[in-house]
Amino acid sequence: MFETTTLNEQNRTVEKLWRTLLLVMTLLLILPVLVILAVLVYKGGPVLSLDFLLTEPTNGMTAGGILPALIGTVWLVSVALLASVPIGVAAALYLSEYAPENWLTRALNLAIINLAGVPSIVHALFGVGAFVLFFRFGTSILAASLTLAVMTLPVVIVATKESLQAVPQAFREACWNMGATRWQTIRKIVLPNSISGILTGVILEVSRTAGETAPIMFTGAAFFLPFLPQGVFDQTMAMSLHLFVVSTQVPDVPEALPYGVALVLIAMVLAMNATSIAFRTYLRGRKKW
Amino acid sequence: MSSRDPGQAAALDRRDLAWYVDKLAQILVFIGGISGIILILGIFVFIGSEGLPFIVSKLNIGEFFTSPLWRPTSEANPTYGILALMAGTASVTGLAMVVAVPFSLGAAIYIAEFARGRTREVLKVLVEMLAAIPSVVWGFIGLSIMNPVIIKLFNVPVGLNVLNAGFILGLMAAPIMTTIAEDALKAVPEGYREAAEAMGATRWQVVRNVVLPAAKSGLVAAVLLGVGRGFGETMAVLMASGHSINLPTSPFDSVRALTATIAAELGETAVGSDHYRVLFTLGILLFLVTFVINLTADLVVRGIGKK
Repeated sequence: MFETTTLNEQNRTVEKLWRTLLLVMTLLLILPVLVILAVLVYKGGPVLSLDFLLTEPTNGMTAGGILPALIGTVWLVSVALLASVPIGVAAALYLSEYAPENWLTRALNLAIINLAGVPSIVHALFGVGAFVLFFRFGTSILAASLTLAVMTLPVVIVATKESLQAVPQAFREACWNMGATRWQTIRKIVLPNSISGILTGVILEVSRTAGETAPIMFTGAAFFLPFLPQGVFDQTMAMSLHLFVVSTQVPDVPEALPYGVALVLIAMVLAMNATSIAFRTYLRGRKKW
Repeated sequence: MSSRDPGQAAALDRRDLAWYVDKLAQILVFIGGISGIILILGIFVFIGSEGLPFIVSKLNIGEFFTSPLWRPTSEANPTYGILALMAGTASVTGLAMVVAVPFSLGAAIYIAEFARGRTREVLKVLVEMLAAIPSVVWGFIGLSIMNPVIIKLFNVPVGLNVLNAGFILGLMAAPIMTTIAEDALKAVPEGYREAAEAMGATRWQVVRNVVLPAAKSGLVAAVLLGVGRGFGETMAVLMASGHSINLPTSPFDSVRALTATIAAELGETAVGSDHYRVLFTLGILLFLVTFVINLTADLVVRGIGKK
């Protein structure tokens, strides 16, 4: 009944060509990452050992391990989270549960988009001007972590807002009908139903925070310190800055060492990212509504 | 309502503990809510106040934008010309976009319109992983993997140049552009596609004649945000561009970017010195340019959305 015309066939050929071309483009985009990861594992792998993770750098950072940098990154990320998670969740709650449709809400959304778009080195300048100098925190974990917190705040806000908005409106309405206040509804219904989504966002933020370099360079991270930080007013080493230092600032570093540092850093970041993605996929499958 | 007796009024009064907690929570959440605005203003104020004394007293605007001489540390005659730095940023970002725009849009179209089921999920996760790689690791890749490859491949003395930094930056900007572009494509109502398919259009005809025109503004916004990302990137450009002041004439010239200049020099300056303040002035410039880019992207999306 239907016969393929030459036009049909022509269309089908064009279709196939484009489909293949687009697939090739997608693969070419992803291929470099896989190559890079392979090179990092190949060159950095031999350096890795428990000793590498658990000892301090020695011989002017040309030998030894990365313990102070690892611990420093844990400090920086933890303090940054303490600041950014409460503020970020509050901001998301406001935007999702309270904000009316007005100019302030629009300005707020625009501010968050901009906060995410400000270059990391500008965040560093802000950190120097505000936290190091104005608030007199000096170059310290506190100043560096707050700078990181400001920078990664949009990540928490956006992820939290999305998971709050995924809670069906009917859940809230049912709760209001029982006479609950807005806050009671948020605490007993909205937050418990979105907490896993919020956690996913927080894990993503951890991975972003751990990899940042520019914002901490002048606010609290040091090239080399012979001791571990004792409190938030100490300076600290950090994994990201350590990679920069051993690959550009220190002479006569054995070739494999920076590869080892890069491999540990990227493994940390990707592991957290993978956790976040796996968590999200699991939640999506489990969703009851 | 004056006829209501006092007992009834008291019964209707809901100002119990829960009411006060609710009010308190509302205030706290509001304060958290406007933190975004406070911070963006704070960034502008703090960077502005460090840079402003230099801008009003010492800055020669003509020289600042047109002179390629950046000699802030010269004892006798310091000059602050950022033409070469702007050329560095522009050449690296430009090359990055040449690499990233076609590939990200292609990947976004494939993922949103052609890939199905598991393939699509895997591709999306891989793109997300690409976005997660820290910029200092990208810089390291430029420094130690790309550098020797470029030297060998093109037979040039130095592999840290526009080509290296642009390629790295393209790879960094691509996942963001892909994700935003894919969102824009997904926002096109399914009914549009079904209508076109019912007319006998092939998948590609649907994409080309229906989906792409409908998603145009979102795609433009994706490219703009990618440009913003490339423009503001610091560590990768610092490490991969060669960091030497040049007006580039070929992709094999080393250049220096605005962002990288701040990162490399801020540590050596004394607080309050001219050099320190001029670096904050560069910060103001970067802040304003990214602000305009983000604002434009937002307006593009909204403007077409209203139609």
